[in-house]
Amino acid sequence: MTKGIVKGIIANLVLVEVDGPVSQNEICYIDLKGVKLMAEVIKILGKIAYSQVFESTRGLKPGDKVEFTEHMLEVKLGPGMLSKNYDGLQNDLNKMSGVYLTRGEYTDPLDEESSWDFKPLAKVGDKVTGGDWLGEVPESWIAHKIMLPFTMTGQYVIKSITPAGHHKISDEIAIVTDEDGKDHVITMVQRWPVKIPIRAYVDKPRPYRLMETGVRTIDTLNPIVEGGTGFIPGPFGCGKTVLQHSISKNADADLIIVAACGERANEVVELFVEFPELDDPRTGRKLMERTIIICNTSNMPVAAREASVYTAMTIAEYYRSMGLKVLLLADSTSRWAQALREMSNRMEELPGPDAFPMDLPAIVSNFYSRAGYVNLSNGATGSITFIGTVSPAGGNLKEPVTESTKKAARCFYALSQDRADSKRYPAVDPIDSYSKYLEYDEVQEYLNKHISPTWVDEVTHTKDILLRGKESYDQINILGDDGVPLAYHEKFRKSELIDRIILQQDGFDRIDQSTPMNRQRYMLEFILDICDTDFVFESFEEVQPYFVHLENLCKQMNYAEFEGSDFNRFKAEVAQIVAERRAK
Amino acid sequence: MTAFQKIYTKLNQITKATCSVNATGVGNEELATVDGRLAQVVKIIGDTVTLQIFAGTEGIGTDAEVVFFGKPPSLKVGEDLAGRFFNAYGEPIDGGPELEGEEVEIGGPSVNPVRRKQPSELIATGIAGIDLNNTLVTGQKIPFFADPDQPYNQVMAMVALRANADKIILGGMGLSNDDYLYYKNAFENAGVIDRIISFVNTTENPPVERLLVPNMALTAAEYFADIKHEKVLVLLTDMTLYCDALSIVSNRMDQIPSKDSMPGSLYSDLAKLYEKAVQFPEGGSITIVAVTTLSGGDITHAIPDNTGYITEGQLYLRRDTDIAKVIVDPFRSLSRLKQLVIGKKTRADHPQVMNAAIRLYADAANARTKLENGFDLSDYDVRVLDFAKKYSFEILAIDVNIDIDKMLDSTWALFREFFSPAEIGIKEEFMKLHWKA
Ligand SMILES: Nc1ncnc2c1ncn2[C@@H]1O[C@H](COP(=O)(O)OP(=O)(O)OP(=O)(O)O)[C@@H](O)[C@H]1O
Ligand SMILES: [Mg+2]
Repeated sequence: MTKGIVKGIIANLVLVEVDGPVSQNEICYIDLKGVKLMAEVIKILGKIAYSQVFESTRGLKPGDKVEFTEHMLEVKLGPGMLSKNYDGLQNDLNKMSGVYLTRGEYTDPLDEESSWDFKPLAKVGDKVTGGDWLGEVPESWIAHKIMLPFTMTGQYVIKSITPAGHHKISDEIAIVTDEDGKDHVITMVQRWPVKIPIRAYVDKPRPYRLMETGVRTIDTLNPIVEGGTGFIPGPFGCGKTVLQHSISKNADADLIIVAACGERANEVVELFVEFPELDDPRTGRKLMERTIIICNTSNMPVAAREASVYTAMTIAEYYRSMGLKVLLLADSTSRWAQALREMSNRMEELPGPDAFPMDLPAIVSNFYSRAGYVNLSNGATGSITFIGTVSPAGGNLKEPVTESTKKAARCFYALSQDRADSKRYPAVDPIDSYSKYLEYDEVQEYLNKHISPTWVDEVTHTKDILLRGKESYDQINILGDDGVPLAYHEKFRKSELIDRIILQQDGFDRIDQSTPMNRQRYMLEFILDICDTDFVFESFEEVQPYFVHLENLCKQMNYAEFEGSDFNRFKAEVAQIVAERRAK
Repeated sequence: MTAFQKIYTKLNQITKATCSVNATGVGNEELATVDGRLAQVVKIIGDTVTLQIFAGTEGIGTDAEVVFFGKPPSLKVGEDLAGRFFNAYGEPIDGGPELEGEEVEIGGPSVNPVRRKQPSELIATGIAGIDLNNTLVTGQKIPFFADPDQPYNQVMAMVALRANADKIILGGMGLSNDDYLYYKNAFENAGVIDRIISFVNTTENPPVERLLVPNMALTAAEYFADIKHEKVLVLLTDMTLYCDALSIVSNRMDQIPSKDSMPGSLYSDLAKLYEKAVQFPEGGSITIVAVTTLSGGDITHAIPDNTGYITEGQLYLRRDTDIAKVIVDPFRSLSRLKQLVIGKKTRADHPQVMNAAIRLYADAANARTKLENGFDLSDYDVRVLDFAKKYSFEILAIDVNIDIDKMLDSTWALFREFFSPAEIGIKEEFMKLHWKA
């Protein structure tokens, strides 16, 4: 095993002189007075391995000893990850002792002692390869597949398989024989290097199935699909995190992985507090039971922050290989990019725009490309839908992280400062934002089949009304209330009606915070009906009060139980008011 | 400490803020003195050790004596901190006795996120722009984004004194001597000196020293909040001057600057401080209220920008010319933790009343724009303008000191005075309760 000694320290970058071979991204441990600090090699120059340390380097001295491990940064995969809270290196945070994080304390991501109800899915004599399902154990409400380790890419024959029964994760569950006749013992645990995508699938077709998020401005206006990618850029305080949290609560996924990457600890605490209490609307179980939280907050070591998004993605890929619908949320990918920038600066690399590394666009797009919808070899399908937030410096979208991400992600949910300032939440700008999926033929077909035969047209119509409303508003502002035709006021107020009832959604109201698709359809058609009505007004002064009244009533509908008595009462009232001014 | 001391006398590089010396056996972030001035190790390459000298390098010679202490900067924590005034190094400047508590490293590890408690205790300040619209919670971190000419130190002192904290810790960075004395007097007059601890670097002290101030203050805060389970409020002013000191050092170390000549690590550097705000499991808490001064109101500058991405909201002061008073700006200000307490620890109608009033206030701003552009005002425009003026004067102005129920009642009264129920747009259940006179 290669050893080394510390030669230099620049913050968390440590220069190590090695006595043998090392590889790029190899993990090493630096011995600081008996405490082992984990580090990753990120550049090699002659005998010097530049390593980024995943911990504080306070007190480290030249001459301190280093041991290399011959493997890259890996995650440990197996049953028992659901509802865990990990740091960026997959240490189980709950297993750590003490109130403060202790340097050099690494904890087991899985529970060696817990017992799982194993059921074989393959039989002796089956030919298998990496990723094939050998058996399954129930993990929460998921049938967790025990797979032949992804690293075993050759052909193997099952020599023996353990019959149904309770087993611990490191118990033998099968023996497989390779092409050379050598036997390998398989357990429920495997490891995988996080920076390398898991490719245990047949192909990655274009995604087409709607991924419901419960957020109307997304589902109705700019839907994302299972296996799709999207990003949410926005200045600070515009609602990126609240939006991601509501998606994580309501999305129609089997499994949610939330990567809190370099953001506030209190926001993660919110998840810790709420998720064990909140019900998953679909299964009736607690949300926490379908959630894994990767938590590397802003005050935790910056190199581990960089690793955290890869850790999260790799765990997502692992579950996708079981034929599951995984939703991965990362907040914020800008912090990850900044972690890259900090290291690149310390290594005195030639900087790109805004001092980010030159290869930032490639790094971002490689990462997004790990998401997707896949066909597995056994005919099952799985998906990773990925939504990242971006925190553009100065709120300016013309900065390297936003631009790189825009090239990589297919949905763009731009949060607007103006909307946030006027508390129009979620502050997703309806005009700048887009979903490329809406242009996919197979997506359109899916929506029209599953929501309503005219759905895509209705959505387009909605966008048109919004755009016309904005144009009218601009004209009113330039020419004055009485300087424009009456119709401009009506157009503007109709777009406002859509804005307030469909787009704006109270993230903190029990009912309004999540809207199922059938209710979204109902409300959109209800509101479009009003928008398509010709009204009679004597003067522009009548327009605003009338529509404000309508808006308030429709808003009460949003707060009411769908098709309950209150809902129907408000609906009837709206109908009556509409009738009063309907052109004959 | 004597056993560890190593002494060197040959500097090979001196910049404005740093120097290098050939030395062995030195640890990263270790404390040292260079010609008697405190310094800290910031980089080690082979046997070349780079130190940042807090008091600056003026007059330092290549033959200066460098003494290494074998430990990072520390503070002696104990009950005897209370009521005391210190410089950036944690040395008394009030003529009082030396500290005797246990020595702890400053800038220590962070709290395990799973051990944190969710902040849930409201901090009442009597200022409606805060309590009503941007409610603060213990364990929160929030800055005032202020122009240099705004009375932010007065408002901070007001908040601190009303906040009902067990300890108030002032971290002053580049504080003018006048402002330092202002705080000192304010605390003395309020008779709370025994609850105050202050670490101050004034404009008369060298700028790089400031880098120690926040961590000194927060280390003291951790002692009282974590060990003594107290409610601690930390005031940090002015964080912009702290960041300027960061950029001086990184610049001298030839780091590639990112936006606005700030170091690329600015976000992480600031986050490490602000994230010390915490609600501990055993009941103590650290709340941070900071000041970030803006230049020309520009919040896209790297300092306020990175701060905004870290803190849990921000508060803006604004002079409302209609009423000739300072208010906490209802538009741009935001407390992100308010939803943990409003409508829960306060009256159930709080969130809706708050939102409705702000929406009407925004309508007033639009009406004002119309007026300025020479357009006729509608009846509604006139009413919202009248509403906004009264709302500002009777509720928002920072010299109004009332409790939250009163703020809510007064707002309802204004709603009734100027609007119809439909224009308010508040949930029916609350209208039933509060609309009637
Ligand atoms: N849907 C919503 N409903 C009500 N309030 C909201 C909503 N979205 C955001 N907010 C308000 O805006 C605040 C900031 O939102 P959030 O924390 O999501 O911003 P952010 O974009 O993640 O900011 P940062 O980049 O600093 O992390 C919230 O604390 C809340 O007060
Ligand atoms: Mg956020």
